[in-house]
Amino acid sequence: MFSKILIANRGEIAARVIDSCRKLGVATVAVYSDADATARHVAMADEAVHVGGPRPADSYLRGDAIIAAALATGAEAIHPGYGFLSENPDFVDAVEKAGLVFIGPSSAAIRAMGLKDAAKALMEKAGVPVVPGYHGDNQDPEHLAGAADAIGYPVLIKAVAGGGGKGMRLVERAKDFADALESARGEAQTAFGNPAVLIEKYIEKPRHIEVQVFGDGTRAVHLFERDCSLQRRHQKVIEEAPAPGMTEEMRQAMGQAAVRAAEAIGYKGAGTVEFIVDGSEGLRPDRFWFMEMNTRLQVEHPVTEAITGIDLVEWQLRVASGEPLTSRQEDIRLAGHAFEARLYAEDVPAGFLPATGTLSHLHFPDGARADTGVRPGDTISPWYDPMIAKIIVHGPTRAIALSKLTAALEDTEVAGSVTNLSFLAALARHEGFRAGDVDTGLIARDLAALTAAAAPGLAVQALAALGAAGLADGGAAMAGFALWAPLRRTVTLDGFDAVVEALGPGRARVTIEGDVADCALHSGAWWVNGRPAGARIVLTPGTVSIFGPGAWHFGLTDPLDRQSADAGGGLTLSPMPGLVKAVFVTAGQAVAAGDRLAVLEAMKMEHTLTAARDGTVAEVLVAAGTQVEAGAALVRLEEEEA
Amino acid sequence: MRLTSSVLSTSDTFRANRAAHEAMLATIAEAAQRAAAGGGEKSLARHVARGKMPPRERVANLLDAGSPFLEVGATAAHGMYDGDAPAAGVIAGIGRVHGQEVMVVANDATVKGGTYYPMTVKKHLRAQEIAEENRLPCVYLVDSGGANLPNQDEVFPDRDHFGRIFYNQARMSSKGIPQIAVVMGSCTAGGAYVPAMSDVSIIVKEQGTIFLAGPPLVKAATGEVVSAEDLGGGDVHTRLSGVADYLAEDDAHALALARRAIGNLNRAKPATVQWQSPEAPAYDPEEILGLVPADLRTPYDIREVIARVVDGSRFDEFKPRFGETLVTGFAHVEGCPVGIVANNGVLFSESAIKGAHFVELCSQRGIPLVFLQNITGFMVGRKYENEGIARHGAKMVTAVATTNVPKITMLVGGSFGAGNYGMAGRAYSPRFLWTWPNSRISVMGGEQAAGVLATVKRDGIERAGGTWSPEEEAEFKRPTIEMFEEQSHPLYASARLWDDGIIDPRKTREVLGLSLSAALNAPIEPTRFGVFRM
Repeated sequence: MFSKILIANRGEIAARVIDSCRKLGVATVAVYSDADATARHVAMADEAVHVGGPRPADSYLRGDAIIAAALATGAEAIHPGYGFLSENPDFVDAVEKAGLVFIGPSSAAIRAMGLKDAAKALMEKAGVPVVPGYHGDNQDPEHLAGAADAIGYPVLIKAVAGGGGKGMRLVERAKDFADALESARGEAQTAFGNPAVLIEKYIEKPRHIEVQVFGDGTRAVHLFERDCSLQRRHQKVIEEAPAPGMTEEMRQAMGQAAVRAAEAIGYKGAGTVEFIVDGSEGLRPDRFWFMEMNTRLQVEHPVTEAITGIDLVEWQLRVASGEPLTSRQEDIRLAGHAFEARLYAEDVPAGFLPATGTLSHLHFPDGARADTGVRPGDTISPWYDPMIAKIIVHGPTRAIALSKLTAALEDTEVAGSVTNLSFLAALARHEGFRAGDVDTGLIARDLAALTAAAAPGLAVQALAALGAAGLADGGAAMAGFALWAPLRRTVTLDGFDAVVEALGPGRARVTIEGDVADCALHSGAWWVNGRPAGARIVLTPGTVSIFGPGAWHFGLTDPLDRQSADAGGGLTLSPMPGLVKAVFVTAGQAVAAGDRLAVLEAMKMEHTLTAARDGTVAEVLVAAGTQVEAGAALVRLEEEEA
Repeated sequence: MRLTSSVLSTSDTFRANRAAHEAMLATIAEAAQRAAAGGGEKSLARHVARGKMPPRERVANLLDAGSPFLEVGATAAHGMYDGDAPAAGVIAGIGRVHGQEVMVVANDATVKGGTYYPMTVKKHLRAQEIAEENRLPCVYLVDSGGANLPNQDEVFPDRDHFGRIFYNQARMSSKGIPQIAVVMGSCTAGGAYVPAMSDVSIIVKEQGTIFLAGPPLVKAATGEVVSAEDLGGGDVHTRLSGVADYLAEDDAHALALARRAIGNLNRAKPATVQWQSPEAPAYDPEEILGLVPADLRTPYDIREVIARVVDGSRFDEFKPRFGETLVTGFAHVEGCPVGIVANNGVLFSESAIKGAHFVELCSQRGIPLVFLQNITGFMVGRKYENEGIARHGAKMVTAVATTNVPKITMLVGGSFGAGNYGMAGRAYSPRFLWTWPNSRISVMGGEQAAGVLATVKRDGIERAGGTWSPEEEAEFKRPTIEMFEEQSHPLYASARLWDDGIIDPRKTREVLGLSLSAALNAPIEPTRFGVFRM
């Protein structure tokens, strides 16, 4: 075993690797960028080395700096985590050239799986089923029609240069093929300037099921499957193991195929073989096809750990340090069911836009595993993936594990940034998902219902009002004492006014639009109108949050903060940190409400900032090309005439 | 030692007592609610339509969330001025801002524009007196048209009239008791001196005005035509005149600024007494209503009340076997050590001597005194006069008058005659004086007073050789009895601020706790007693 390793990553995965190292007595070296100097993974590691600026290209992707850090600190090996340099064969070569061990597969294995088409061909040769299709250069319509017949209908015609559904046609019957081909080519030509198409089998109810494999360079085993069908735009949201509806026959077939795939490339370490499965008629051993192999530890590896009791990072370290795989396939047992939900700083109503913020309050549930790279007070910066944590639960059956997931999500509290917590909770309650009836289209089909913001009920509003009035803890001894006429105060929250009256320690009455909520604190939990509210009040600067069967955040206005409130009308502020790409107005220019003022590039998205009202531009406060912080003033309109 | 109660909460007497007390409470509660409603719905609607916060909400928003509010003079002016001045048009009381106890005086502009009736002045001055004695920072939420002109003769000229407000401000400021004014409406004529005499003043933009003479008077005097805002609005006073220090956007902003100003006072309570962790009484204070007889003439053991007021119902009774009609002893209320002096019958010489002795003890030790007053007076008759009960009573009165420890008086029953003096009645400047709804206060009982007058009358008639039938005598006595009954009622007393307010007996412990806590903002000075007549 190594005595010291370097972890070439950040966030939850770096922290996760450090946990296993600590268990094995292996010293750890963290690397960090300017943005991560005080990050959790840095604080956890025995040593930490600064490797550059906040942009990944300036730090976590700088193989040379990372290798230098390993050499300087005496680390013997480098764990790449996932993402960043984890699947970069040149980096693997460089690590080995420096006399260090790369904890992962060989560069050859990575290269073999890196080119998707070549990988498919390789797999086909090894007897692993691949999605039937024609990817050849012969674009003769007759030839393509023949290929379609060979694949079997229904088929998809896709533009080779395509994307976004342009130049794509679903063909159900052979007699429709010619027409569909012609229109697809026309569209492809228009959209991409290239009419070439490929033909693939159309999978009616696709499920994403992947198999965890582990090799020692000669021999490989599999650790069962994971179902990652709950995806939104190819981003996994909730993963589970085993796959719902999996049969032993299918599992064996998939497991063997995955092991064949791994052994075919002499795979060493942890890898994942991804399959697309046609779930339209249940899971059948002849309805799964190889998609690709990920030559690294996956984000969702904890669900496999939960059902097998195996620490995959420990296995990675053992195999990388030269130990052979000791477990035989029959030694690996599957027990119970596990789920992982990915908690992100995301603005769900705004279309899942990545969000940033300082996590002024953070609480993870007891009885669940939370893999996280952040602590209360840490910041989700715009530089990296906005993951806050992975919440992992395990139970003896799928139903029990799922109810534990629901409870765990209800007990998770994040304030300081918007999150996808309510979306995850809604997903965990989704009937189809509960029934195990999953496919990769589920989220897209039910997106509206899953992202519908649950309106806060009277209890939630009442608790928010208590929080806003400063009575979240029920008040001190003699709270609300009055001789005869109690003092009431009106608090204004987003969308409603509430009259709050303290009635005594831990007792208050809140009236909202005529509805009365009698609130009482019993053993630290609020009851409303005689029933437990099942929700908690969390106060952070500027916000009162209610956590329970959902998460609600209400902004609080500091009555002293009047200047900025006044200025709001005429100022256009940057909604998030980003780069000003363009400014469309100049001082003195008249604008109408809704006119474009500037474009901000942030989080790989362009945001158009528009005028909030009609007016005249008084001042343009930034120039194109400027990097700005959230809340920075960009354009000021002249004051309105009273 | 823990007191043992012998009260049976299931007895018929208990139920009857409770019903009677609940009826009395309902009367007081109704009066208090009417007072708290200020000038009524229409007037309040007009007030709110001007962008102003309701007066009691102003107080709520000034204080810490959930802060207790010990209101002073809640039913002041009840039944006076044809009911035109609920709560005398001003809200006063003690609450907490950033944990610091402050005296709030808030004009209620929904009551005749917040103008000062004679009782308004008296209430304002009483609030200032409490603040001065207990060294409580004062926050004035000003929204008043100044003196109530039809009553100017009872508002302006005398010592304890309008001018005294500013005198008090200056005196308090000189003693380091902060004076903060928030001008949320008019502040005219003499009223202009409230913000001007304050250490810090805040004014609400386009709402607060401060001027010695308003636009109409200016026009009459000099012919100058000027708007109120240009004459003395927030902009003028914070930018040009310097009469106010901070300009607030609205009421909420102004109150937040006032809170911030109090947060910057840098004050700490002086070390005075040894506080303990508060502990609830072992007996339920709810039972007070059932155990106290509905009729003042029915005797009961005052220890039953003490057991429902003091921490853990623990009472170290002093001199229990001597002068038994006065119960004295040490206890804690909400963690604060107190010496309790409580009536348990008519005062005899021994009781008075014991009382004087106990007051001396508490003064020596710096322990605040709590008087539970239920007294028909000192014992009368030849034996008692001859043994010098007046001399012994004088000892107690001397001790009570000259002690420097805080005194809190709770009127739990009768307050008649010289007993009132020995038990720290209003004239003896207790820091606070609260009354129960069943209490009665007068120089003597109505029956006795009518009897005295009837005896004098009968003597006169009989000297002239006439006769006076019992029916005629009863007819003669009736108006006196009725007058005494009306004037000794707590609502009558409280309306005139002979006390600081009527309280629900079940809240006695809380009221005492808050009063003591407020009182201990002032250091306890050593006591120098006067000459005791030996």
